[in-house]
Amino acid sequence: MIAIIKYNAGNIRSVQNALNRLGYESMITDDKTEILNADKVIFPGVGEASSAMKYLKDKGLDDVIKSIEKPMLGICLGLQLMCDYSEEGDTKCLGIFNTQVKKFPPKEKVPHIGWNSFAEVKGELFQHIKPESDMYYVHSYYAEKNEQTIATCNYIEPFATAIQHNNFYATQFHPEKSADVGTQLLKNFLEL
Amino acid sequence: MLKKRIIPCLDIQDGRTVKGINFVDIIDAGDPIELAKSYVAQGADELVFLDITATIEKRKTLVELVTHIAEEINIPFTVGGGINSIEDVSAIIKAGADKVSVNSSAVKNPELITQIANEFGSQCVVVAIDTKFVDGEWFVFVHGGRTATPLKTLDWVQQVEAIGAGEILLTSMNNDGTKAGFALDITEKVSASVNIPVIASGGAGTKKHFKTLFENTQASAGLAASIFHYGEIPIPELKQYLKNENIAIRWT
Repeated sequence: MIAIIKYNAGNIRSVQNALNRLGYESMITDDKTEILNADKVIFPGVGEASSAMKYLKDKGLDDVIKSIEKPMLGICLGLQLMCDYSEEGDTKCLGIFNTQVKKFPPKEKVPHIGWNSFAEVKGELFQHIKPESDMYYVHSYYAEKNEQTIATCNYIEPFATAIQHNNFYATQFHPEKSADVGTQLLKNFLEL
Repeated sequence: MLKKRIIPCLDIQDGRTVKGINFVDIIDAGDPIELAKSYVAQGADELVFLDITATIEKRKTLVELVTHIAEEINIPFTVGGGINSIEDVSAIIKAGADKVSVNSSAVKNPELITQIANEFGSQCVVVAIDTKFVDGEWFVFVHGGRTATPLKTLDWVQQVEAIGAGEILLTSMNNDGTKAGFALDITEKVSASVNIPVIASGGAGTKKHFKTLFENTQASAGLAASIFHYGEIPIPELKQYLKNENIAIRWT
């Protein structure tokens, strides 16, 4: 059973649809026991950092997430909330990844919307994915590259597009919206 | 590198795909889910569904359709047409759409743009603008292009960006349905005057029109309907052409 963390951010349904297409059973839940007992956890999200963090704290989900021992995958806002801090709403985040989230400078179009490539790949999350593939992005904030970064993307400047610390994984792009390559990445995560 | 997007648009009426020629004559062109899946398989980068069903009682059908689309496809999609309230938006986003597009309702009530941005984030607000060149000036038209407004297009795009739009879908009514090419001048003027992505629409008739669009404007995407529906330009052929012409596109 895969738990998809339920909170006040959009896009949760899309993740569940992607899991259904891959033949995995999942539940959308904010229940501590269900989350901690799941085989894998997905922490999705499109939304605003400070209101999402406030919601997680009010529900006690911040501590639950940090105590997850099974593989967890954060997506988009999920990745950002797993960092130390976000400039969006001046928000102290979960502190799983030791990096900061900043707003893109307006040197190019912001939000960064569309398909972009990746580089500097490490680890198993990207296996069976061609290095010239593109993933789908939609975001205005980005995580700064750190030593936990397992892939970067270049938009305005290189940023951390995938991060891993122990059992915690996250991607800035949306694998559930990235056609067949995104599906392969989700499959890689589910088979960890 | 960020790629230029190729976006087929599916006009939906009563759950079926249609395409207006110059916004008037409508021909049935198929089942939206089958068409959507075939576009995904062909390498479309994103899809736009515009509901042109006029009646409120049919709106429930749209939410059901959005639910099915979200179950079936693994690329982003936008849903627009007749979205008047934050409740309409909420139903469509919760059914699984990634973005909504607002047009006439945003002109009537610009506050709606801000409400959607606050509740769901700017990235899910696409402001669709039908624009027409009249007496030396580009103006905004509403109600499917039937009603003129005193709004100048270049003023309106800056306003919508300031109040929360995440993207602009710009359709030139002068070009739509002509297959004579995109409206390069207004597309570039709009792209240059805002810092959010602009999707150009209206007038695509050849592969070269897309090349010209991406070489001469800062448009992030090109949208078309009939040339894709009727197979006049298969998407893989278009993408192969653009790749050969050194336009950055997603290659699958």
